[in-house]
Formats: sequence, C-alpha cells, structure tokens
Amino acid sequence: MVSALLVMAGIALALGAALGFASVRFRVKGDPLVDKIDAILPQTQCGQCGFPGCKPYAQAIAKGEAEINQCPPGGEEGIRKLADLLGKEFKPLSAEHGAEKPKQAAFIDEALCIGCTLCTQACPVDAIVGAAKQMHTIVASLCTGCELCVPPCPVDCIAMVPVAETVETWKWKYPVVPMKIAEPA
Amino acid sequence: MLAALFNFRGGVKPASHKDESTQSPIAPAPLPARLVVPLRQSAGAAPLPLVKAGQKVLKGERIGAPDGSFSAAVHAPTSGTVLAVEARMLPHPSGLSAACVVIEPDGAERWIERAPVDYRAESPDALRDRLRDAGIVGLGGATFPSHLKLKPGAAGRIATLVINGAECEPWITCDDMLMRERAAEIAGGIAILSRIVSAERALIGIEDNKPQAIAAMRAAVAGMAGAEVVPVPTRYPAGGEKQLIRVLTGIEIPFGRFGAEFGVQCFNVGTACSVHRALAHGEPLVSRIVTLAGNVERPGNHEVLIGTPIDDLLGLAAPKADTDRFIMGGPMMGFTLPRTDLPITKAANCILAASPALFPHAGPEMPCIRCGACTRACPAELQPHELYWFARAKNFGKAQEYGIFDCIECGCCAYVCPSNIRLVDYYRFAKTSVRALEREKAASDAARQRFEFRNLRSEREAREKAERLAAKTAAARQTIAGEKAEAVATATAAEPAEPATTALPPLDDAKKALIAAAVARAEARETDKTPPEEAE
Repeated sequence: MVSALLVMAGIALALGAALGFASVRFRVKGDPLVDKIDAILPQTQCGQCGFPGCKPYAQAIAKGEAEINQCPPGGEEGIRKLADLLGKEFKPLSAEHGAEKPKQAAFIDEALCIGCTLCTQACPVDAIVGAAKQMHTIVASLCTGCELCVPPCPVDCIAMVPVAETVETWKWKYPVVPMKIAEPA
Repeated sequence: MLAALFNFRGGVKPASHKDESTQSPIAPAPLPARLVVPLRQSAGAAPLPLVKAGQKVLKGERIGAPDGSFSAAVHAPTSGTVLAVEARMLPHPSGLSAACVVIEPDGAERWIERAPVDYRAESPDALRDRLRDAGIVGLGGATFPSHLKLKPGAAGRIATLVINGAECEPWITCDDMLMRERAAEIAGGIAILSRIVSAERALIGIEDNKPQAIAAMRAAVAGMAGAEVVPVPTRYPAGGEKQLIRVLTGIEIPFGRFGAEFGVQCFNVGTACSVHRALAHGEPLVSRIVTLAGNVERPGNHEVLIGTPIDDLLGLAAPKADTDRFIMGGPMMGFTLPRTDLPITKAANCILAASPALFPHAGPEMPCIRCGACTRACPAELQPHELYWFARAKNFGKAQEYGIFDCIECGCCAYVCPSNIRLVDYYRFAKTSVRALEREKAASDAARQRFEFRNLRSEREAREKAERLAAKTAAARQTIAGEKAEAVATATAAEPAEPATTALPPLDDAKKALIAAAVARAEARETDKTPPEEAE
C-alpha cells in the first residue's frame, strides 16, 4: 500500500519535474499566433484597420479585440485565410474601414514637389527618397500603396497610380470552360 | 559505336506533317519596311536600351545592353534609322506591351565591323562573355541565355553535351532544314561549345524521321573526336530538353536544377549554329530560321531578321482563305497570336496558319472520368488528372506537392484526353498564380522588415534626442548654479563697504545669466530642429 503510494508519488514528481523543465527549456518566445496572423496580413502598414500597422492589428486579432474583416488591402482572400486560421466564420469586408482596390503605387509629380519632407515622414516603409527643399521621389518597387503619404502633402503632388501588369507579372487566366447546353427533348 | 539508348515514359505520336515545309531550301525573307525589335527577348532581365529615336544604327550594332548576368544583349538586325524606342505589343499570350526598338531599314544592310575570334585562343570566361554580348539564347523556344548554361555546375565539369536536333513538334522543320543545309556551321558551334565546357563527348540527338538531316550531320562531324549523331525514336516530346538528355544519357534532371550539376547540358542545333556565327564570323544573333506552315499555299522555311512583322512573312506563305487564326510555335505547345502585326523574336520557330478543317476546335469540355490516359501519356511522369483537380480548385499548395512545376507543358495530356479538357491551360494558370503569390509574399516580407526597421530607428532617434536634451539641461543648470553662487559670494564680499547701493548690480548679473541660459536652451532646441527631416 505504502510502496504503491510512494511509487505513484515518485512518478508524479518525476513527470512534474520534467514538465516544469520543459516549460522553461522549450518556452516559445513571442506569440506564434500573432506571427501567423501577421504573415497573412498584406504588410501595407496603411492603418486602415484602425491600428498603427499590420503587427498591432495582428496582436489585436490574436487578443480578440479586433474583427478579422478590417483589412481592405488584404481583401476577401485575406479574410478567408484569417477565418481559416482562427476557425471563425467568414465575414464580408467591413465598409467603415474602406473598400478593396486594385494594387496601387504612389507617384510624385516631381515638377510640383516643394521638398517639404512631410511625405517621407509619413511613409511607413521608407519608400520615399528626397531631402529638405529637394525634389522627392518614390521607389516604386518598395511602395506598398498605403496612401499615407497623400494627405500630408501640402501641394497635392502625390497621386495613386494602379500598378500595371507586365509580361513578367502576367498570369494565365482561369480557363473558361465552354459548356454544352443540353437540348430539351 | 552506337550509344545505348534509354527511354522516357509516356509521349504521343501525332501526325508529323514535316514534309510540306521541307520541299524547298531555306529562303531569305525580304527586308521589311519596318523592324520592331523587342528588347526583352530572353529569359531573365530585359536589356537596357542603348539607342535613341533618330539615331543611325548598323547591322549587328548593339541596341540593348544585358542587364546583369541573367540577360543577353539585343542587336540591330539591319542598318537604318531608329524611329522610336517605345512600348509595342509583343508576340506573347498575354498580348501585353513592352519596350521595343523600331528601326526603319536603309536597305544597305551595312554591317558593323565584324571581328572573328579564334575560340581556341580565348579563355572559357571570355568566350561566355562574348556569347552574352552576341545575344546568344536558346533557339529551341525557351530563349534561356546560353552563356549561363555553359557555367560548370556542382559536378565541376560538363562532360557531355547534348545537341538537340530532335524537333519533335509536328509541322516545325526549321531545325531539320538547318541541319540539312548548314551542318558544317552547326558542327563548328558544337566544337566551340565543347571547348568552353571542355566536354568529352557531344551527342547529337535527331529523331529518326529526318534521314537527310542525320546524314548531313554525320558527314559534318565525321572528323570530330567525341561527336556522335544518335538517331532517336520519333515520339513527341523526344525533343524536350529533359527527355532528350534522358534518352541519350540516362540522366534524369529534377525540377529547378540545371543539367550542369549533373555534368550534362543541352543546346539546340540552331543555338549551336548561332554560336559559330557569333565567334567565327563576329556576327551577333540578328536572324533565325522560321517555319511557315499549316493552312498555307507555300509552306517553307525562311531566314528572318529578328523584328520582322509576322504580316510580312504571311505574304510569303499565302495563307488559304479559310484560315481563322495563327499560332506561334507548334500545334502542341504554341499559342494563338492575338494579332499578326507583331514581330518575330528569337523564340519564334514557327508560324502556323490554322483552319477549322486542319485544327478542329476541341469539342466542349466534359467532366474528367479519371480514365488515366493522361497519366500514361505524361513524359514527366506526373499525374495530370490530379494536377487538374488541384489547379481547378485553386488548391495550389497541393498542386505543388504533386509536382506541377515539373510539368513541361508539352500538351500530351490534353492531346489524349477523351473529355477534351484543356489540361495545360489549367497548369499554366496554376503555375503563374503560384509565382505571383510567391512574388507578393516576398514583397510583403520586405515591407514588414522595412516597417520594423523604421519603427526601431524612430524609437532610437527619440531616445537619443531625449538623452541629448537631458544632458544639455543638466549642463545649463550647473552653469547657472555656479554663476549664482559666484554672484552671491561677490555680493556678500561687497556688502560691508556699500550695503545699500551696490546690492542691486549682482542681482542683475544673476538675472542676465538666467536669460542667457534660457536663450542657449532655445538655441539648442532650434539646432535640434534643423535640418527638419531629422525631427520626428
């Protein structure tokens, strides 16, 4: 009787020690869920979701403080992926946060630019180059199309231009299947 | 000695239709009124334009400089005047436009100074650079820059060269005619390619339905050590790069790896010929042989300057009245041209006129019955019906798992499909979609990194600014405290002598010091603010 108790207690202690050690040794740093959500978000860093960037929005989703349908650049595709990941129902994009648009890039009319640097300060991904009182320009390949540089511009010289398809980025369309309509007998 | 032949699985045997266009020798196509030379004519980066509108160019003058290593130069196909460097529609299934150089020929065909090179006297590296600068790309259709394929891989050395004269696709005969008429030049090119990679043997694979080409090539390489013509059984797609390497050497090359890693590399006979012309004659790649066939009155092969409008060639072949579309490439792998005023490029091996009688439109697509005919036909040993389901369902991850990128888009599966499913269209859709997703993923990862770095930087800047301010305030406080103490000390020292009148000036001094410190602080703040882009 006593020996059985001792054996059980011994096993419990050993397993407890092993678990305690494992929880310290194999501790996962950071929140893996946040990273998974962040990987789905489009990283435009536009703030349309109401959070200052994609990571804070991911953190808010992980904590359950934000809905999954607040990201217009991610679009329906992104909401579907988030719904799959989190096991939630799909919801249409929330209208108050904006609408899905084709991919755009900002373009500075260099003739109008006065070199105020306000847009460089607004750009979340450092995609604008230029110095004080010098013309600014946008590195198109780095621009995420977040539109954050448009409102601060005092001379309205920044326009959002849709990104054109090139031979390199072109995709074959989903095959359209001609269907045979059955003749009524 | 006859090399032992290996086999590849699957394949189909469509009617070859090679006789129609091999009745007459290769004829030079007449000089067109305008040449439109696309700058992007090879896989990899588009070359950078070197000419401006109004500039005079000579035949063979470089008009596009290779942009980096994965790129090949582009040259003026004839002498004349550059009319424009502008976006024009390309002969591409997308029908999109890209930068082209439009040249008006002067009719004189004046060459640049052509400098033949003795390839035996140059190092392999120098020869590779020469090939890149001569714009030599694979003329079999993939237009992969040849100089890159000549780099020795992990195997250290490319011991075996496979020269592709199989030309398995129906209707196309440009390689056949090239081998019949210019076997000596091809042999010269093989010698150069062998020298660059110091290959031990060169196996020239030709389908056994081209006896004249086999005889001509045998005669041309008779004296060459290591070179051997190997007739291969006629079965589409025996001319696929991986298939031919497998048939001739037994080596199977997995997706995403180069033949060089396995000590074997494959070149088209047309490429070998242009390598010879580039080095032995100093002529860059400015023309190619194009087969005109299908529903035409006068089928044949023509030597065509790159940039010649397809319309001009159609005039030579005279399409019959019931022609409803034109295909660039063969009936198995080609695509329907969106228009016919597009230029011939280095990739254009054949222009095929199609009519409903000759190439009947496939009937309506019916459901897949999983009969497995496609699996038996697939030369890449994939399971086309599974790939079809995944591609159709846009389940790209699963499609990749089933090896969609190993698909060579040969069209055998669609050819045998009893349900008329356009299988290759689904694979092309899936492949390009996966590539687009990968590009987007890479872009968003880069954006995340830049955003995080920016946040890190602005935090650091704010912290450094606060530290600077704190240090300045402390320094200013210390100075004031010191001056005050001094002033008090002077006042105390002076008090016994003139108690009433001299008590005020030291107080004034203290005040002045305070004001000066305030001004200094303000100035310090000002200097912080300029230049403004440093401020947050």
